[in-house]
Amino acid sequence: MTKWIEIGTLNDIPVLGSRVVRTASGDIAVFRTSDDEVFALDDRCPHKGGPLSQGIVHNKRVTCPLHNFVIELKSGTAVAPDEGCTRAHPTKVENGVVWLSVQTAVAVPAE
Amino acid sequence: MLNKVNKPKLVVIGNGMAGIRTVELLLDRAPDLYDITVFGSEPYGNYNRILLSPVLAGEKTVDDIMLNTEQWYDDNGITLRKGEMIEMIDRRTCEVVTKEGARVPYDRLLIATGSNPIMLPLPGKDLPGVIGFRDIQDVEHMVQASTSYKNAVVIGGGLLGLEAANGLMKRGMTVTVVHLLDTLMERQLDQVAGGLLRKSLEERGMVFKMPAQTEAILGTDRVTGVRFADGEELPADLVVMAVGIRPNFELARKAGLHCERGIVVSDTMQTYDGRIYAVGECVQHRRQTYGLVAPLFDQAKVCANHLAMKGFATYDGSVVSTKLKVTGIDLFSAGDFAPGADKEEIVMQDASRGVYKRIILRDKKIVGAVLYGDTIDGPWYFQHLRDGTDVSHMRERLVFGAANLGDGGHSGNNSVAAMSDDTEICGCNGVCKGTIVKAISEKKLFTIDDVRAHTKASSSCGSCTGLVEQVLAFTLGGDYSAAPKVKPMCACTDHSHDDARRVIVENGLKTIPDVMKFMDWKTANGCHSCRPALNYYLLATWPGEYRDDQQSRYINERVHANIQKDGTYSVVPRMWGGVTTPDELRAIADVADKFNIPTVKVTGGQRIDLLGVKKEDLPAVWADLNAAGMVSGHAYAKGLRTVKTCVGSEWCRFGTQDSTGLGVKLEKFMWGSWTPAKVKLAVSGCPRNCAEATCKDVGVVCVDSGYEIHFAGAAGLHIKGTEFLTKVATEEETLEIIAALTQLYREQGWYLERMYKWCDRIGLDAIRKQVVDDVANRKALFSRFAHSQQFSQSDPWAARAQRGVDRNEFTPLAELELA
Ligand SMILES: Cc1cc2nc3c(=O)[nH]c(=O)nc-3n(C[C@H](O)[C@H](O)[C@H](O)COP(=O)(O)OP(=O)(O)OC[C@H]3O[C@@H](n4cnc5c(N)ncnc54)[C@H](O)[C@@H]3O)c2cc1C
Ligand code: SF4
Ligand code: SF4
Ligand code: FES
Repeated sequence: MTKWIEIGTLNDIPVLGSRVVRTASGDIAVFRTSDDEVFALDDRCPHKGGPLSQGIVHNKRVTCPLHNFVIELKSGTAVAPDEGCTRAHPTKVENGVVWLSVQTAVAVPAE
Repeated sequence: MLNKVNKPKLVVIGNGMAGIRTVELLLDRAPDLYDITVFGSEPYGNYNRILLSPVLAGEKTVDDIMLNTEQWYDDNGITLRKGEMIEMIDRRTCEVVTKEGARVPYDRLLIATGSNPIMLPLPGKDLPGVIGFRDIQDVEHMVQASTSYKNAVVIGGGLLGLEAANGLMKRGMTVTVVHLLDTLMERQLDQVAGGLLRKSLEERGMVFKMPAQTEAILGTDRVTGVRFADGEELPADLVVMAVGIRPNFELARKAGLHCERGIVVSDTMQTYDGRIYAVGECVQHRRQTYGLVAPLFDQAKVCANHLAMKGFATYDGSVVSTKLKVTGIDLFSAGDFAPGADKEEIVMQDASRGVYKRIILRDKKIVGAVLYGDTIDGPWYFQHLRDGTDVSHMRERLVFGAANLGDGGHSGNNSVAAMSDDTEICGCNGVCKGTIVKAISEKKLFTIDDVRAHTKASSSCGSCTGLVEQVLAFTLGGDYSAAPKVKPMCACTDHSHDDARRVIVENGLKTIPDVMKFMDWKTANGCHSCRPALNYYLLATWPGEYRDDQQSRYINERVHANIQKDGTYSVVPRMWGGVTTPDELRAIADVADKFNIPTVKVTGGQRIDLLGVKKEDLPAVWADLNAAGMVSGHAYAKGLRTVKTCVGSEWCRFGTQDSTGLGVKLEKFMWGSWTPAKVKLAVSGCPRNCAEATCKDVGVVCVDSGYEIHFAGAAGLHIKGTEFLTKVATEEETLEIIAALTQLYREQGWYLERMYKWCDRIGLDAIRKQVVDDVANRKALFSRFAHSQQFSQSDPWAARAQRGVDRNEFTPLAELELA
């Protein structure tokens, strides 16, 4: 069953930007696209663990600030030719409030 | 299916390289716009015509050269009608009519019928055994002939003729090449190179008869020989005519479209009938016709853009280069090499090694190149030719190629052909030659952009681009210098940096979305490569007016600190001219203690770096440093970074001027200015140059009589000494010229283009003229610089630490306790 947690309002996240949600099992990056969709990913790039929340957001993708891996916001998969995947968490926006459902499995540490 | 009925119909006549390239690009841009039908008179999918030569030579098979299988057409919902010939275009009813009489309606029509080999009107030309060299059928014919016959004559000593002759020879035939002129490949080679080529082909057993004019082809049931104007006769069981091609525009002409030497098209690849487009060898654009793929691919791009209703792109013509695909013979030619009064030549000939190079210059720029025997630098020369680089500063070394110009060791000084598969080509992304070669052959890549997208090679610092281009050329064997005349900014657009800068100014565009909309960007919000560039261009064009877009800044600039490998940040306070005080040092030490900063390090630019600061601590760290009077050192900025100085006349026994004082003045005047890439300065107090001013973006070397100003040096990825700009008598002039120079760079440089690269592109003389000789212009540049400084000299650290600007950057959105 999905358990939704309220994490803030849409306005707290800059358009084409991101904010971090701290959790005991690691940071989660919450992104907002230009058409106000919200996505959440573990804040660890599948490449070398770079903080995706610090990257540049474009369309439904984010570019990792460390070595330019491009990650799909929806699935967390890297855009070819890069490979790898970071965990995505369900989100929803209702009346300007952002909800997150954190997958409870333990975060897999990056190599 | 229902859907299909409502879509406009695009009909393509010609299933060749230009037509299908256009379709591929169109699918990329507007996947569902049209219901597409392709007619091809040949009974295959789409194949790479260039590689027919290696197929003939037995180095590749027909299967190897297929570009798009029938499955591809299916997958993309395209109806392929192969083996069907279009006989008429009915413009009244907007239909095409096949040879069998079927009528197919179109809303948009694309003609890409290529060209036909010219068959000389000689007696006997229709005999069996006399053919051209154009398609798979011709190759099959030649292969067949080689199994039962001995003697072949190839008429035409151009690129195609020689490739045909080479292939037939490899298949065991005795081949004579007949050429009208006394130079082989006269359109690509000069006499010397043509002679060298002839010699090495003769060594392999090819026979030449030249100059010679063919008078008749002999035989009754099948060709038996050839007779020449001088009366000589040669036995021949196969005659290949490779004397040229003629654009195939009969269909268009009959339909009443305006044709001259080809179908006449506009810069958007439209014929006189706006619904009908044409690309490829069948067209004539600005009086030119082309017979190589590179320009056709440029055309395809523009055409696809227009068909996709993104109408901004235009085609302005191409410069082409050629390579002969005969294994073991290295030959490269590009541009214009006909002698002329306004041209200069640099020639190198090493007869014993069989190497010949001729570089043709006009106005300090490369306009043509002919290389024989050592073609490694072909792509490098070609790049400079296309970019119009001012090469005067490397003139003496030019003929030795890229490897002999100083750099950090990353450029190609090895023959890619000789490299093993595990040789690393791209150091940034760790991509080896084998990986690139594999991707090129398996994924049928054509361009450097394709290679970047699929392998990452050359996608980071770009210093290996030349090498990757060589791997591309070497793997494909053909001429794939397909980079268009102007390089697009990135995959989001077909427009160049210059285009963007020009359009912003001319049309008064003031936001990134406006620019993207105006220029038909292909992506909704661009990417990490174009957005920061546009942000910079707008910032530099409209100082005080444009509102900086934080989300289009790299993280370093967004948070005013350098991101490190573990996601922590490093902080560098400004120390004007490299001078500090005990109080500042104490404050730095206190900050390091208070925030548990693990590493304190002196940088190469005479500053102190605090490494390992947590992001949420940044505002507090800055507040403490601000309290001690220090501001951001912009160590992260594509902007002015440091001014390095020596102790100069104040302390040094050699010092002639106050280099420290001048450095401080320069830094106080110029700090905060954004530039296309980082800018570092240095001031040395005498020619001993202790501040290492001659490898900086701008360097001043003080001498007894004044100040020498140097610029365009680098000591990073590439190592380059500075160029001498000018010498002046006073500090005031020094400051004025350096500010004017920086402003010119700010206005002309492409984003991420370092000052030395900008100088290469624009030319030392052109720059000197604008900032030194033309005093009025210098003053205007200077005042534009000073004007924009009003808006940029505010300390970003103070803004964030004291006034809480962008506070939410540094705090988490929420903290969750999870079970
Ligand atoms: C052997 C060989 C080697 C070459 N080597 C090089 C090289 O190294 N580098 C280089 O840059 N270029 C090379 N070229 C040239 C290059 O192949 C051409 O420039 C390119 O293929 C032209 O593309 P296109 O689409 O205009 O024409 P094509 O590729 O010829 O396509 C035209 C297509 O239209 C079809 N067609 C014509 N009329 C009709 C009709 N009425 N109805 C239906 N279909 C029709 C034809 O069957 C053909 O398939 C070489 C060419 C040959 C033949
Ligand atoms: S550059 Fe000259 S003035 Fe400056 S420290 Fe060196 S020797 Fe002294
Ligand atoms: S040279 Fe520069 S980029 Fe390379 S590791 Fe050192 S600090 Fe990092
Ligand atoms: S850590 Fe993200 S690209 Fe390397």
